Amino acid sequence: MTGAAARGTRRWREGAIEAVLFLSASVGVVTTVGIIVVLAVETFEFFVQVSPLEFLTGSVWSAMIRPYAFGVIPLVVSTLMIALIALAIAVPLGLLAAVYLAEYASTRTRDMLKPILELLAGIPTIVLGFFAITVVSPALKATVLPSLGPFSALAAGIVVGLLVLPVIASLSEDAMRAVPRTLREGSLALGATSFETIRKVVFPAALSGVMASIILAMSRAVGETMAVLLAAGTNPTLTLDPRDSVQTMTAFIVQVSLGDTPQQSIQFKSLFAVGATLFAMTLALNLLSDWLVRRFRNVYE
Amino acid sequence: MSVLARAATTPRFEPALMRRRLSGTIFYGACLAAIGITLLAIVILLYDIFTRGLTHLDLNFLTGVPSRIPARAGVAPAFVGSLQLGILLAVIAFPLGVGAAVYLEEYTRASRLNRLLRTNIANLAGVPSIVYGIFGLALFVRALGLGYTLFAAALTLALLILPVVIISTMEAIRAVPASQREAAYALGATRWQVVRGAVLPAAAPGIMTGIILAMARAIGETAPLILIGAVTFVTYLPQPFDGGYTVLPIQVYSWAARFQPAFQEISATAIIVLLALLVLLNVLAIVVRVRLSRHLQW
Repeated sequence: MTGAAARGTRRWREGAIEAVLFLSASVGVVTTVGIIVVLAVETFEFFVQVSPLEFLTGSVWSAMIRPYAFGVIPLVVSTLMIALIALAIAVPLGLLAAVYLAEYASTRTRDMLKPILELLAGIPTIVLGFFAITVVSPALKATVLPSLGPFSALAAGIVVGLLVLPVIASLSEDAMRAVPRTLREGSLALGATSFETIRKVVFPAALSGVMASIILAMSRAVGETMAVLLAAGTNPTLTLDPRDSVQTMTAFIVQVSLGDTPQQSIQFKSLFAVGATLFAMTLALNLLSDWLVRRFRNVYE
Repeated sequence: MSVLARAATTPRFEPALMRRRLSGTIFYGACLAAIGITLLAIVILLYDIFTRGLTHLDLNFLTGVPSRIPARAGVAPAFVGSLQLGILLAVIAFPLGVGAAVYLEEYTRASRLNRLLRTNIANLAGVPSIVYGIFGLALFVRALGLGYTLFAAALTLALLILPVVIISTMEAIRAVPASQREAAYALGATRWQVVRGAVLPAAAPGIMTGIILAMARAIGETAPLILIGAVTFVTYLPQPFDGGYTVLPIQVYSWAARFQPAFQEISATAIIVLLALLVLLNVLAIVVRVRLSRHLQW
């Protein structure tokens, strides 16, 4: 083979490889577009039978029991209630843990504690659901809430809190460690105690990252399925009482697909409408978290 | 009153050190308590599962099939299903993830397209797993006609872990020193030859660790598989491309949801098997990392 021909073959081969690599890189975009198209098309079919107004503003959800009603508000309210209970647990614990890891712990202690936090992050969510029904619910019933039933938003919120705690702890720790050491030293040199330095210098400087971690944790809590399904049950009532059994958006999606619901039925189509609502909510939260990180990054450098 | 006397009676600067240090100590205590509560929760969780489930863990449980009588039940179909699922999805996600990461790191740095692809991947990482289940149901099960099979489940979970694989591979590739690439280019290598001969071998430990950890995450997933038709009562070993299948998390769910103590006990036993599998994968990730990086030095 002449040199020119070899070069030609090589160039062709390089081009083919680049094309293959480009195709793998575009799988992600195809997935995103695919998810949006699937949700949009099926939700549109659902809206032919149930008006969007009824879906978005209705306060009764009864997809399985006649008379059917498809008002999504009870599912959204239950989802948010559980997410807020989860944050009420995960924000204080996660932030304090992050401060400890970033500001107080020695390198050795941190190297020991971080893998344990990652262990918690790696436990499958179904296991935390199991924990909710075997430990958390009975413990609540035995101590503070004797009237608690087997399913409750409270028990679900507590285990989801444990589930998102590592998100807050780990991302907030990163944000605090990214604060330049000179800021801390300046504060200490002015006579501030280490607590005052954390409260008035490090924490405000890391605030955007901390907020981003909390919103990301909220997004995880909203999308969480198995722990919530096992702990909160499948009772789609509109309530703000955390002791009640409720049904989240994710739990409804699982309930429909577990049963023998025919795929052409209105119930099955409602699954996609609820999925679209869930997708829109988590996407909004993720974008907000992303924006916070971008918007306030590098302010102190 | 003289200036000196006033300064002595009304000090302008009041350090109040005792109080300030006390609030610092209280805060430090709160931090320690937060860590303690978190660790305690993990300990209680593991203790509860092991005390409940360990008594049933024997060879019969590992080789048996689900039964209406808890004492006779086993997890063989679910265990084999999880293994098949893990291998299938690694085979699918590995080339796609590494290919995408190589493209983003080595071929199109700092272009608008590159930024779009990266943002998209970051956003995909935040999509709830159940939404992937809905997508897999519509695309693989229905549109492509794969049916409720383990293969459709593996494709769905491959898409789910793809962002994680891409992000960890990109980090591994970025950690390869530029001098390695420059040396290869200086020897006349083409771009692909640089990638295959210099970049990928040097990034291999990080890439392999990333894919194994992503596999571990997928093996613990439950929700998307319920949409892809994982069945709760399978008494035979699953065939990847045909017929019903089940996996460990689904088995855990179906027993836990029966709310009878005997079934909850074997649910805990199934959790022990699942956790053991995950620990094994994590150990494998460490071993692979150590072995692959033994010959690397720069």
